[in-house]
Amino acid sequence: MARLRQLIQHPWVLGLTGVLVVVLIWTVATSLKLVDPLFLPSPASVLAAGRSQAAQGLLWADLVASVGRVLGGFGLSAVVALPLGIAMGTSTVINRLLEPLMGLIRYMPAPAFIPLLIIYFGLGELPKILLIFIGTLFFNTLMIMDAVKFVPRELVETALTLGGRTSQVLLRVITPCIAPQVIDAYRINMAAAWNLVIVAELVAATERLGRRISLAQRFLRTDEIFLGLIVIGLIGLVIDLGFRLVMRRACAWAN
Amino acid sequence: MQLRVDQVDKSFGTGRTRKLVLDGISFSVNTGEFVALVGSSGSGKSTIMRLVAGLDRPSAGAISIDGSPVCGPGSDRGMVFQKYSLYPWLTAAQNVAFGMELQGLNRREIRERTSYFLEVVGLADAARRLPRELSGGMQQRVAIARALAAQPRVLLLDEPFGALDLQIRESMQEFMHDLWQHTGLTALLITHDLEEALLLAGQVHILAPNPGRIVRTVAVDLDRSDLRHLRVSREFLDLREELARSLRGLDPGLS
Repeated sequence: MARLRQLIQHPWVLGLTGVLVVVLIWTVATSLKLVDPLFLPSPASVLAAGRSQAAQGLLWADLVASVGRVLGGFGLSAVVALPLGIAMGTSTVINRLLEPLMGLIRYMPAPAFIPLLIIYFGLGELPKILLIFIGTLFFNTLMIMDAVKFVPRELVETALTLGGRTSQVLLRVITPCIAPQVIDAYRINMAAAWNLVIVAELVAATERLGRRISLAQRFLRTDEIFLGLIVIGLIGLVIDLGFRLVMRRACAWAN
Repeated sequence: MQLRVDQVDKSFGTGRTRKLVLDGISFSVNTGEFVALVGSSGSGKSTIMRLVAGLDRPSAGAISIDGSPVCGPGSDRGMVFQKYSLYPWLTAAQNVAFGMELQGLNRREIRERTSYFLEVVGLADAARRLPRELSGGMQQRVAIARALAAQPRVLLLDEPFGALDLQIRESMQEFMHDLWQHTGLTALLITHDLEEALLLAGQVHILAPNPGRIVRTVAVDLDRSDLRHLRVSREFLDLREELARSLRGLDPGLS
């Protein structure tokens, strides 16, 4: 009994149990033929679809391409958002100049930019990377700006009374101070980047994960749709865990 | 060294909402002196400290060190804030080293001075601990060590023990007194605690509120060989009571 309680208290156990219960219900429902297999393929057939795609090399190629787009677009957004957010958080002038503009653009749904991006840049890599960039830049920037505004004034003023110059305050006080919030902002907005890459691929790709799903729809291959969804979910989870790991390692002081 | 505050006024706001918070403040601090400003809330005492530190500008009057006007924060005036001023991502030793790093001292000197000042404040054993692992009193001692390590000509203490428990506050006052005796530092202390001012400072200025102004200046000449004894001596208690009465008389809400 005590052992069971100890087991349950391990942070991973209950989470895994939740997942396993859903898989179990799924297995039972399909093996009893409660639902038309066309609508709900069995776990085994989804696994088989995965194996066959992996054997053809499609799965890896899809994965690499989609992940590459996310990293490219989001990486660009992260790199631009950091100095921009810090500038908006520290300078009243830049803040007043840009905040209304960003507030406006932020509410324009990024997928609505797809037609424009296709007209401008065609169907290649660039429009997809730009879509992710546009779709995450403003959230990243505004979240970083907020983090900067919450840096305790004493920390900045202490550096000034110790003889610190503005550049030193930016690099050695503000940047390390907001690091935990920045990593967290990236983690949260990464989910949006993932959404956007799939949306872009559903609409306008000649290949890759999102494209695979829309192809599967055309041929009523629900097993492949399930496969695509599960793979996307798993990658997202791995990225999320990666950010958490970075946070634990780099910002131990903030926990 | 002489810090001179000469006929300083400070008001906030403009037009009809303009509020005078400091009116004709004048005093000076010479090398080796310990000077205290005592006042209730609303007496503008923290504002005086910010002006001396160069974090705000006076509306009228002049502040100078050895004749050269103060026109911004600088390492010649080290500041210790009431709380939250240690960098939470740096260890105690890194916090002490911070000011010297900003000033670009060489590594060996930084290392030597850091361990020296940690030793001075009695925290050599805590060098590698993060601020959150230190008690409030220890944190303030690190903050004092950090300010001293940057070699200020005058140390500005802005209610440095105000956030501490009574017992720790008393031991910190004794610590501060020993430190002043042993290092020959020059200090300006802001406090609302009359006892603290009388224990530590050779000269105490009493501030009246709304607008803040110096109404009385007392030279304190007491035998400070044993602070614990001094606290309860007749002479000390009489002086404290007399000044407390004149402080109370200043606040119409209390009399």
